[in-house]
Amino acid sequence: MAKKLNMRKRYELLTRGLGWEPTYQPKEKVFAQEAYEGIKITDWSKWEDPFRLTADAYWKYQAEKDKKLYAVMDSFAQNNAHLNLADASYVNALKLFIQGVSPLEYAAHRNFARLARQFSGEGAQIACQMQSIDELRHAQTQIHTISHYNKHFHGMHDPFHMFDRVWYLSVPKSYFDDASAAGPFEFITSVSFSFEYLLTNLLFVPFMSGAAYNGDMATVTFGFSAQSDESRHMTLGLEIIKFLLEQHEDNLPIVQGWIDKHFWRAYRLLGLVAMMQDYFLPESPMSWKEGWQIYFVENAGALFNDLARYGLRMPKYHEIATAEADHISHQVFGIFYNYIHAAAFNLGLPSEAKMNWLSEKYPDTFDKYYRPRMEMWAEMAKEGKRFFNMGLPQLCQVCQIPMGFTEIAKGEPMQVAYRVSEFRGDKFHTCSDGCKDIFDHEPEKYVNAWLPVHQIFQGNCGGATVPDVLAWYHFHPEDGGDYAGSADEARWKAMKGTAASSTAAAKTAPADAA
Amino acid sequence: MAVNCIQGDYPSINMDSVDRFHGNQLVYVGWDNHTSISTANAYPLPPDMPFGALTEAVLPSVLAPHPDFALIDWGKVQWLLDGQTFTPDMSKSLRENGVGHKSLIRFKTPELTGYKGTGN
Repeated sequence: MAKKLNMRKRYELLTRGLGWEPTYQPKEKVFAQEAYEGIKITDWSKWEDPFRLTADAYWKYQAEKDKKLYAVMDSFAQNNAHLNLADASYVNALKLFIQGVSPLEYAAHRNFARLARQFSGEGAQIACQMQSIDELRHAQTQIHTISHYNKHFHGMHDPFHMFDRVWYLSVPKSYFDDASAAGPFEFITSVSFSFEYLLTNLLFVPFMSGAAYNGDMATVTFGFSAQSDESRHMTLGLEIIKFLLEQHEDNLPIVQGWIDKHFWRAYRLLGLVAMMQDYFLPESPMSWKEGWQIYFVENAGALFNDLARYGLRMPKYHEIATAEADHISHQVFGIFYNYIHAAAFNLGLPSEAKMNWLSEKYPDTFDKYYRPRMEMWAEMAKEGKRFFNMGLPQLCQVCQIPMGFTEIAKGEPMQVAYRVSEFRGDKFHTCSDGCKDIFDHEPEKYVNAWLPVHQIFQGNCGGATVPDVLAWYHFHPEDGGDYAGSADEARWKAMKGTAASSTAAAKTAPADAA
Repeated sequence: MAVNCIQGDYPSINMDSVDRFHGNQLVYVGWDNHTSISTANAYPLPPDMPFGALTEAVLPSVLAPHPDFALIDWGKVQWLLDGQTFTPDMSKSLRENGVGHKSLIRFKTPELTGYKGTGN
């Protein structure tokens, strides 16, 4: 019987051993996407896969993990464990997750499959194949985990349809479409490094620790299951950057430009998470600002100290993002308070206890700028004039977020930031220097943006009225509006056997949106 | 800088060219120091609409709920069109006032600075 191979040998045979030199077609035709971005690879064999995971080991390991996860999900469902939540308003975080994050997992699956096909190095091919399968598994396990909540609460019935149409979901969609429409090296720099390596903790930790603090053990289990994959993805992100920079000095300015761009795009997208973290969770483990300090300022600062030897510097405008950490969750909440009648989740003004928590976490900004806003809205609501914005917002041409960010770095936190570029005789508006730079670098690309507000005005979104558009989104009338008085609140109280809220009859949507 | 492409020029379609808005043009209007309204709003408006219709009909449809709105003295409002100060002629059309497709109009109400003067 043949001697058992050691791990290293097995890995070599199952990865590098699979490569061959094509003879029927020239190599540059077989790997047609590898050169056009200007990246120079001189020797793919220098690619070091830090995990050396082989396909058979991958199947075995992931099957064990999924078996455990599905056992927890089954017992969660059988025990009606959603009744152990701190409060049903927590479920709004899951709505945002299934609508805005799970479709990104699926898009990542497709794109890593493309990379596995387009990179000519066998080590990179294998790493991308495994990540592609990881992302598909994550999309599936998220759908399965959250499907239990879909039986009891609103807004989670058709996330993939919503993702392609809804105004606020165009933010994650356009971020990913931007990377998907680029070449393979830009894609991997965007998603593996700028997003997964630099910022993924700011996405997953708030959701998963939020789940733990609020009694959602199914999502916590999913989080643990995905964690080992995520750390592998992060390592891939760092590996690709080092590899590109070691391959050729000409790669440095290209890679730096991509890091600058995709850092800013990913950071803007995380504004949605910041709102969730500070305003959706009944029990909050950590503020957005605290998370930013730990996961970006400290961790990324140390990382870029290490990467300085390759000539790489911190992403452009990182200091603006840090200055904005005192503001963005409140500003994004404000945008959604204006338009919650057109969303598929609920929110509400923070309670007094929550506002005190926000004052404590944001001592320089909350009481000065944002508490008065909450008080004004509370007064209006008390008079029966809950403020809804009955217009449609101006959107940023690049990040597609309603242009509500302000001139924080200029010391004018209550002045909306407006940037504009001219291209082929038309104006294109952006929310920040970061987004304007991205537009100005590739205007030919961003004029293609499908901006939901403009598409509504062009008549491409199901009709001219709010109900027409919401029906086209596949929203149900009870999906949006304030949490107080929502269908979810009423159902939660019925399930818990408590009296319906006195606000149950309150308006949750403007009369003319009904 | 041109977008890198596998072949040819990057396919570039201006998704918001004025011809797509059924005779209207897009106009954005933002009210400075009133950030509780969160953003400037976008409106599809006929270029021949008198500027005065903006203050009389269009803006109230969105901004009227704000407690400051009813207190505005339109004679004292300071206007910015695409970043430049300007004085609109209320009887003339948007076009005659120089308001083009995707123009940004900002206005300041110096005596009204939001809820309790906080810019909200």
